[in-house]
Amino acid sequence: MLKISNLVKRYGNGEPVLRDLNLEVPDESVVSIIGASGAGKSTLLRCINRLVEPTSGSIELNGVELTGLRHNDLRHARRHIGMIFQGFNLVDRLTVMENVQCGRLGYIPYWRAALRRYPAEDIDRAFHLMERVGIAHYADKRADELSGGERQRVGVVRALMQEPEILLADEPTASLDPVSSRQIMELLQNLAAEFKLPVLINIHNVNEAKEFTQRIVGMRFGRLIFDGTPADLDEQAMGEVYSGTQSEEQGEGKTPSQPVVS
Amino acid sequence: MSDSAVHRAWRKPPFIRNPIVRWVMLVACVGYAVWALYTLPFDWDRVAQGMERAARIFSGAFPPNFSRSELLIDGFLESLKIAIVSTLLGVLLSVPIAFMAARNIAAKPVYLLGRGLIIFARSFHPVIVAILFVKAVGFGPVAGILTLTLYSIGFVAKMLAERIEEIDMGQLEALRSTGTGHLAMLQYAVLPQIMPRQIGLAMYQLDSNLRASAVVGIVGAGGIGSTLMNAFGRYDYDFALAITIVIIAAILVSEAVSGRIRRNIW
Amino acid sequence: MTQSVADRAWSRYSPRQRWIRFASMAAVALAVFWSVATIDIIWPWVWDAPVQIADLLSRMVPPDFSSIHAIVWALIETVNIATIATVLAVVVSLPVAYISAQNTTPNKATLWLGRFILVSSRSVNTLIWALLFVAIFGPGVVAGIVAIMFRSVGFLGKLIGEAIEEIDRKPVEALEATGASHAKVILYAIVPQVVPAFFAVSVLRWDINLRESTVLGLVGAGGIGVILQGAIDTLDWRTVATVLIAIVVLVIMGEAISAWLRKKVI
Repeated sequence: MLKISNLVKRYGNGEPVLRDLNLEVPDESVVSIIGASGAGKSTLLRCINRLVEPTSGSIELNGVELTGLRHNDLRHARRHIGMIFQGFNLVDRLTVMENVQCGRLGYIPYWRAALRRYPAEDIDRAFHLMERVGIAHYADKRADELSGGERQRVGVVRALMQEPEILLADEPTASLDPVSSRQIMELLQNLAAEFKLPVLINIHNVNEAKEFTQRIVGMRFGRLIFDGTPADLDEQAMGEVYSGTQSEEQGEGKTPSQPVVS
Repeated sequence: MSDSAVHRAWRKPPFIRNPIVRWVMLVACVGYAVWALYTLPFDWDRVAQGMERAARIFSGAFPPNFSRSELLIDGFLESLKIAIVSTLLGVLLSVPIAFMAARNIAAKPVYLLGRGLIIFARSFHPVIVAILFVKAVGFGPVAGILTLTLYSIGFVAKMLAERIEEIDMGQLEALRSTGTGHLAMLQYAVLPQIMPRQIGLAMYQLDSNLRASAVVGIVGAGGIGSTLMNAFGRYDYDFALAITIVIIAAILVSEAVSGRIRRNIW
Repeated sequence: MTQSVADRAWSRYSPRQRWIRFASMAAVALAVFWSVATIDIIWPWVWDAPVQIADLLSRMVPPDFSSIHAIVWALIETVNIATIATVLAVVVSLPVAYISAQNTTPNKATLWLGRFILVSSRSVNTLIWALLFVAIFGPGVVAGIVAIMFRSVGFLGKLIGEAIEEIDRKPVEALEATGASHAKVILYAIVPQVVPAFFAVSVLRWDINLRESTVLGLVGAGGIGVILQGAIDTLDWRTVATVLIAIVVLVIMGEAISAWLRKKVI
């Protein structure tokens, strides 16, 4: 269970990007975070695994306070936080298997990483997971030979290899075509149930958020202004979340009146 | 999912897929290394004295001795003069050669001649050229100027010819359609397209000629290199260090200046 | 307020532009004039130069191939010096590149240490390094190898360091997020991205070193230059011609091999 309280983040002396943010995510729940660009969604996720250093507040994952951790403790905490990126963030010139095993780097000794002598159970696990998402036959291919949807699956498997206690997905479908995008969302939904994981998904596509998640959180100017089920997210709530922003950004989030091509 | 239980091992696909080629390459590399080290005439006894000699040289070199600054400044100015004159000559001579060596402008036999001149100018290290010129025209800056002129032609003509091959032929056509003569066409359609590159190349070449002039002096072609060689030959290591420091400083300054000028022009 | 046609004078450049052009041309003219006027040239030698050069060339034909055996061995030695020195330089340059790249260097002090190594290695020419190491290790291949190595470290370190600075940050971020240690992030996210540049730069430097090692012998640091120097000293111009041909063949072969390697590996 993830518990964020009074989280504040400001860059330099500028306006805070996150203002006094409170959020609780119980186990086995998929939460979508929606909001206009610049609302602070990405910063929020990166505060959780401390890729971005929070200014103040507390983040607790399964009883461990994350904000004060340093060096080894921070690395140990990060091992249990899987992250999926908008741009996949794979190492292009390595094989799919090596990319997947990157998720185990925090666990294995340096010589194993350097010689690519991964423990047998890690390889086993990797093949299981890759088969689960349908990329096992690509194990020896280079990551840059794969299509976008396949690359994101590699990213998902890499995160799952960490044996995470939570998954953070930062716009996981924004670089994908509509078909792959739906497949990835479905996958995330199913994996959350299978592995009993809490999953936080930043997402632009409101329709996908409504379809694949049970809880939607709306952010605006660094604050949570909406928290409810897809059914609660009516026209008025949408208006509040996206108000004051350009309509094209709303268009990217696909208002309900526009049918999603899939 | 059941058959995945056999996947307990995984090896990174080897860099070279064919195992025979892979092993042959590996054996060849190791074999070459052993053979090369075995056949090179190492004089280990002499090398063993190295530490001691290095200690003597460095204790002799510190502190650097700038007291004969007159000699130092003269040598440096001579290097500068050699660099300036040879850059000018090289840049001027490289223009006709570059036109000869541009495929889109020159006729085939002329093109081959131009390319041949460029390849000839580029094939020898300037130090080898310098030593030949020193034998032909005697010690001193003349040999240095001739060497670096040839060196400049090799680089500038090659780069300029490449630029000429890239020019926009449309501009040429436009002028030809107005009945412009050949020379006027060069001046109005070709030169404006290549001038900025030529000035940039000249600045770059001045910089590299200044570096090279410090080296060709070692074989007697004038400039600060000759001063350095003399100091070294007389075991004046403190003076040699002073000269080296001046060379490094000059190279750093000239690199910065030529870089700035090129940025402003390009 | 209509302007009469007569008033609308046209000129190519604005006054300011014209002034800058005039000033820079004047500066160039002045520099050239100063160089030519004050340089220590014996003009009769200059006018005599074409005759002397022609004379030298005429004494080179026909090339004398009688010592071809020794020349071929010296060529092989030259290749070995260049190759061994390049391999050693590559090994040494990796940590230097690591500490002189802004995004990997541990702290400010190491950054400046790395930059100092790069600058001092790069601004001293191979031949000057060779002079120093011949004095330390005595004449022979060791001095040559070490000299080439010292010069190459700066070149390789600078270019590989730049490649490290240009890597894609995203995989680094992803691996940091998995809890991997700094050393493992380097191994998995930085090294694979730098490998292509690393190969390209190493092959390029090998090609350059092949040329450089042909002149090492002129200061006594081994290779084909030793034979060249000997032949020049004994005025054996026909053997000199053979050596020059051999060097051209070597350089062309080196260029062909490095071009093939670049295409093959990258």
